[in-house]
Amino acid sequence: MHAQQWQSPADVTTALDAAGYLADEGIATAAFLAVRMARPLLVEGEPGVGKTALALALAEITGSRLIRLQCYEGIDASQALYDWDFPRQILHLRAAGERADTDAVEASLYERRFLIARPILQALEQSPALLLVDEIDRADDEFEALLLEALADNAVTIPELGTIRAETPPIVVLTSNRTREVHDALKRRCLYHWIENPSAEREIEIVRRRVPDAADQLAAEVVAAAQRMRHMRLVKPPGIAETIDWAHALTVLGATTLAAGPAGVTLGAALKYHEDEERVRAELLPDLAAVVRR
Amino acid sequence: MTGETASRAPVHAIAGFARELRAAGVPADHTRVATAVRALSMLPALEAGTTYWTLRVALCSSPADLAIFDAKFRRWFGEAPSSAALTEASVGAYVAVSRKTAAPSGRDDDDEDDEAGMVASDAERLRTAAFDELSSAERAEVNRLIALLRPRGARRRSRRSRPGRGRAYDASRTARAMLRNGGDVAALIRRQPRVKLRRVVLLLDVSGSMTPYSDVLLRFAHAAVQVAPYRTEVFTMGTRLTRVTRELRARDPNIAIRAAGEAIPDWSGGTRLGESLQAFLDRWGQRGAARQATVVIASDGWERGDAALLGRQAARLALLATSIVWVNPHRGKPGFTAATAGMQAVAPYLDDLVAGHNLQALTELAEVIARA
Repeated sequence: MHAQQWQSPADVTTALDAAGYLADEGIATAAFLAVRMARPLLVEGEPGVGKTALALALAEITGSRLIRLQCYEGIDASQALYDWDFPRQILHLRAAGERADTDAVEASLYERRFLIARPILQALEQSPALLLVDEIDRADDEFEALLLEALADNAVTIPELGTIRAETPPIVVLTSNRTREVHDALKRRCLYHWIENPSAEREIEIVRRRVPDAADQLAAEVVAAAQRMRHMRLVKPPGIAETIDWAHALTVLGATTLAAGPAGVTLGAALKYHEDEERVRAELLPDLAAVVRR
Repeated sequence: MTGETASRAPVHAIAGFARELRAAGVPADHTRVATAVRALSMLPALEAGTTYWTLRVALCSSPADLAIFDAKFRRWFGEAPSSAALTEASVGAYVAVSRKTAAPSGRDDDDEDDEAGMVASDAERLRTAAFDELSSAERAEVNRLIALLRPRGARRRSRRSRPGRGRAYDASRTARAMLRNGGDVAALIRRQPRVKLRRVVLLLDVSGSMTPYSDVLLRFAHAAVQVAPYRTEVFTMGTRLTRVTRELRARDPNIAIRAAGEAIPDWSGGTRLGESLQAFLDRWGQRGAARQATVVIASDGWERGDAALLGRQAARLALLATSIVWVNPHRGKPGFTAATAGMQAVAPYLDDLVAGHNLQALTELAEVIARA
């Protein structure tokens, strides 16, 4: 079913399901509204909970080109919006040489072909597109103002060239890890969704989707262990992404259940801090069987 | 566009619901209400679940809003589907604390006889007397002076640059100049790094033993938030961690302090510094709030929990933050030694230890932060 024909969030759930993303009602409603209302969707949640994966799946089911803008401190217009291709402009000027018609040469210097479209401009030019603004909290405040301007009227104004407007506004998904609070001006323009860690049943289902080769028992036990770790106050508890990695690693090693031996050697797939590994080794692995086969 | 599809009654209900959310601190303003109404009009059938998610997606904007939203939603519309899913473990420190009015102590209002006090007090006394020795009139004066301190983070080089006399070349400007010159290199234009203020994180102990200083330190934090609202974070530590940055952004110090006071559930309670610090690092610090920041911890180091845990968390913090400044109001008192178990556990990781028991000490603190 095409995105424009979606009648309700349930249709989104079905479509996301077919794309390999298991969405609950909240995610489906948020995605449905973002597409139908053409509003940016700000997604927050624990690292590894599937924020970026949602954007990827949404691009797939809407048949949009995914354009990703990874934010970092100091990102500015020339990296996010557009830049002029100076070497080519200079070559062009040299090639024009001493021709009399200087006005024409000058005008031709700022043609579209010398413009390098960066992600935001790309998303406006190539519809249908899904613009993923990843980790907006890493960019600084100045960048938010820039983004706000582009998102507000789905257009970018280039002084030398004019305004480039999107035929069909892109679907925009912003993610944040909450290292700082995003300005309210930007938030107000967005729909907001906080993604919870999934229940054990849903997480097992997700693991089985993403690691089709994993044995059913292994998937269930890996999830049980991961859910337990989330209550251990680790420095970085495993997210869904880590659970999937872990199940994948164990499957590659040929494991069909979660035994202490293979679990111990693959722990690095689930945990990214040495302190966490040590604690899990000491507190969880010894009675692993009891934890996962309750 | 919603006129035909959404009848009037739901619009009124949503407006009323949003008003109540705003009163409880969720920024559900008119733009968001309009979004909600439009969103509801796009849905074919409104089951309880869909209504819940639609309103939540449109009206909320931070995890802290969710618990309030759920409570209000249940009151207005009945059952809220996610209330079970929002567990303490998953949302943890984000959950806005119940906004019950804790009686903020350490704020002596009008119960003292201080008519004579004002006559005796001169600038010197205001500067050097410990906060707990001031009359309430003097305190009011000190509060005004604290607001003038304007504590700000140290300057650091930003990743951004601007045209100037730095080492890097500005390719785009140089090229533009070349284009104007018919392709000949006229001059190499350079860029220099911009300067920006370092992030400042203040962690304030509001437990019983810090009572005489809690109010003053919050005022100091308010002054810092006013200088750089988006580069300053303030948390209080007691038996739990509470983020009060949002409350302190209110311009009027008295309103801001009152709002913060209402948000803090454990005012004048016990101290679990280690756990509070761990909660801060887990939820905020590790992800970026403490990275490259100047972290100020105001506490007397009276740790009711495990001092070893506090030490481990301080070690974690030291790896993230640029510098850690510890403010111990008791340091200004005669006979101070870093004797509490908590102080000893953190001592190896501190860059600065300042007093903060009187105005002069707070001025010094502002200077330390600006240097750090």
